[in-house]
Amino acid sequence: MPAETMIAPGFADPVFQSQAAFRALLAALSEPGTLQSVAAEIAPPEGLATATATALLTLADYETPVWLPEALRSGPAGAWLRFHCAAALVGTPAEAAFAVIDGLADEPKLSTFNLGTDQFPDRSTTVIVQVPGLEGGPALTLAGPGILGSCNIAPQGLRPGFTDELRENGALYPLGVDVLLAHGESLIGLPRSTQVEEAR
Amino acid sequence: MTIHQMPADDTKPAYNYAYLDEQTKRMIRRALLKAVAVPGYQVPFGSREMPLARGWGTGGIQITAAIIGPADTLKVIDQGADDTTNAVSIRKFFERTADARTCEATDEATIIQTRHRIPEAPLKPGQVMVYQVPMPEPLRRLEPREAETRKMHAWAEYGLMQVKLYEDIARYGEITKTYDYPVKVNGRYVMAPSPIPKFDNPKMHMSPSLQLFGAGREKRIYALPPYTSVRSLDFEDHPFRIQSWKQPCGLCGAADSYLDEVVIDDQGGRMFVCSDSHYCETRRAEGHRGAMLGDAAASGLVEETTP
Amino acid sequence: MYVAVKGGEAAILATHDLVAEARRGNPAVPEISVAQIREQQALACARVMNEGSLYDQDLAALALKQAQGDVIEAAFLMRAYRTTLPRFGSSEPLDTAAMAIRRRVSATYKDLPGGQVLGPTYDYTHRLFDFALMDEGGEAAPRKAAAPLDATMPRVPDILGAEGLMEAEEPPEGDPRPFDLTRDPVSFPADRDVRLQSMARGDEGFLLGLGYSVQRGFGGTHPFVGEVRVGEVAVEFVPEELGFAIDLGDITLTECQMVNQFQGSKDVPPQFTRGYGLVFGHSERKAMSMSLVDRALKARDFGEATNYPAQQDEFVLYHADNVEAAGFVEHLKLPHYVDFQGELELIRRIRREREERLAQEQEAMPEAAE
Repeated sequence: MPAETMIAPGFADPVFQSQAAFRALLAALSEPGTLQSVAAEIAPPEGLATATATALLTLADYETPVWLPEALRSGPAGAWLRFHCAAALVGTPAEAAFAVIDGLADEPKLSTFNLGTDQFPDRSTTVIVQVPGLEGGPALTLAGPGILGSCNIAPQGLRPGFTDELRENGALYPLGVDVLLAHGESLIGLPRSTQVEEAR
Repeated sequence: MTIHQMPADDTKPAYNYAYLDEQTKRMIRRALLKAVAVPGYQVPFGSREMPLARGWGTGGIQITAAIIGPADTLKVIDQGADDTTNAVSIRKFFERTADARTCEATDEATIIQTRHRIPEAPLKPGQVMVYQVPMPEPLRRLEPREAETRKMHAWAEYGLMQVKLYEDIARYGEITKTYDYPVKVNGRYVMAPSPIPKFDNPKMHMSPSLQLFGAGREKRIYALPPYTSVRSLDFEDHPFRIQSWKQPCGLCGAADSYLDEVVIDDQGGRMFVCSDSHYCETRRAEGHRGAMLGDAAASGLVEETTP
Repeated sequence: MYVAVKGGEAAILATHDLVAEARRGNPAVPEISVAQIREQQALACARVMNEGSLYDQDLAALALKQAQGDVIEAAFLMRAYRTTLPRFGSSEPLDTAAMAIRRRVSATYKDLPGGQVLGPTYDYTHRLFDFALMDEGGEAAPRKAAAPLDATMPRVPDILGAEGLMEAEEPPEGDPRPFDLTRDPVSFPADRDVRLQSMARGDEGFLLGLGYSVQRGFGGTHPFVGEVRVGEVAVEFVPEELGFAIDLGDITLTECQMVNQFQGSKDVPPQFTRGYGLVFGHSERKAMSMSLVDRALKARDFGEATNYPAQQDEFVLYHADNVEAAGFVEHLKLPHYVDFQGELELIRRIRREREERLAQEQEAMPEAAE
């Protein structure tokens, strides 16, 4: 079978690997700014970081539409996601429960995803932003629930204006998307409750 | 439940790890992530029928089942004690279905499932509190209709709650809610802290541990991330205050713990003892002695052992 | 040193032994078999299947045996087991017009195609004890009818519908798979699929009381039993890999179609409206109660007032579930002494402060106190 049509394996032990990955995701979103490692031994499909693929294996299924950039949707990542998660791949950002975007791509903006409704703010999209590094970039200062005082992060490769998008997203609270920055096996959570400023 | 197949040489079917099937765990996990992102907001979830009765901790059990793993140590308390019937039953459930390592020591636990109390020993970063919640809606007693309370939360319209609390003051001179005392979370949502005594409310504020709340029958999950503002509702001229007792614990002498009242005879005799059984035992092991330790042995609360 | 007495665990285990002993009763009396319950207590089994949301007569009988005949406890056992079962998919819609009829009565027509079929019912018995049943009685031998019943019998609302007199019942747009409240949280207003599912598994007594309240005026409908039918219906399923329907077997169902008056409106000429009940087994009272409440819950759809409990979906759906209700009512048996201590502390303090205040007032006004 040609390599490009083979679907990479998912979890070898779904029960315990997804449990461990979930605890990392829970820590990421309940303690924004902390670097969390999913440390799952999987070979992700092309275009998805290990952390992204692990998060989707842990959380996505036939009940959760997923938005991927067109190139990923029609490539091995899309096939992998359909096979392992039975997730519907949608072309409209606002329909997605989970989305994966490239930190440097201009589109789609965070505001085009599902922001929830005032009676059901939980129905918003969780957006995984893949970046080339979670350290060594320009510093951002975070504050809000889950953070004692404030803390700094320095992700690399975020598009110009992304901090403004995060700030605008936070201004919608309790509506808004929840963001996970992903690189390699690591994740940083930026839920809508986190206030983000460029560090001075 | 899907049957979790054992490795090939032993294909005997067994219950899934921690009872719930993986699809259900994913559904609960998604709800938990939204709950921590919007502290105090009640996320609806597809609460499953459990082999324990509704109202007996099925919400907390489903949360614990969705988060627990082999690295965890579980403590289960009811009324602060590890050996109350509900606590024993739930601890057994996880020992049986998740092969869970369990403990009574608060500082050894990574997950503490509780009904009606927060331990006296300070919680630590990395610990997870799981609360069993009977009525997640703090406005339910004021407005029984879900369709209406949902709008009140959506618009942060909490005037009705303020009026109710003020009526208490007008009638009794103080707010008469002694447990499940409503709190405001992160300056936005009014939240039911579950029926913990208001004595425990201040422990929620800026707690270093993650706090998760499960209401199985009412099908709601909500959460407090660590270091989240949790303010008990009050008025400037009637500030929030907690319960206090005139005497310390009769067994260990603690003056800083929540006390249970034990009726020791039919002549009006009373003894007050720590509701947190592990806290009380720890203090006694350290040599603290309450004034009624001897009487307690006579009434069967404790027994004397020769070391 | 002193250690806390911990008897909780041993005491809980002892309750399991004690309930097993109580369940067995006098060991000199032969133990009842699951097959006996299934065959001879079939109406109780039907109720357990309905409220347990699982069609399995053997498990219903086992549940009744294990629960000493406590129907709610038995339904709880069924549900806790049901939730662990893998799902293969949804069956095709059932065709109750093709039901193998055991009983079918209409109160709206004297006669109709297929006829009135009285079948097995207590309706026309006198409620006098049959003391012969105290001993093991003989076998009944009903006579066979001269001719078999019709293979299909039109449903009364379809007869009215053909004349344009009955509210049309169309599946929602796109005919989506019905909601499953055992998998997803309900929100309000609840659609009809949610309401019907909730009532089908709801408590018979609760629905009976609500249906009765509608009749007595707490909800304004005047119902006729268009039809009640009981019998066996084939369940068909289309496996993805086959692409055509296969017959999974027959189940016994009771269906009730209640015909109700409706004024019509500027746009809609006057027509009858329907209330629908469909339940497992032979359960006429449940199906009829359900169809009364179903019609009452349509009040909002028809622009009618919703002043009474049976017309309010949130009230009916949240309180019809007897397993949930029993759990919450009975949880009051659990220890609550921490909360009660809070109340004790408060009431003692308020009383003490009140007495102190009164004493001060008396000191301040000694004459007035006279």
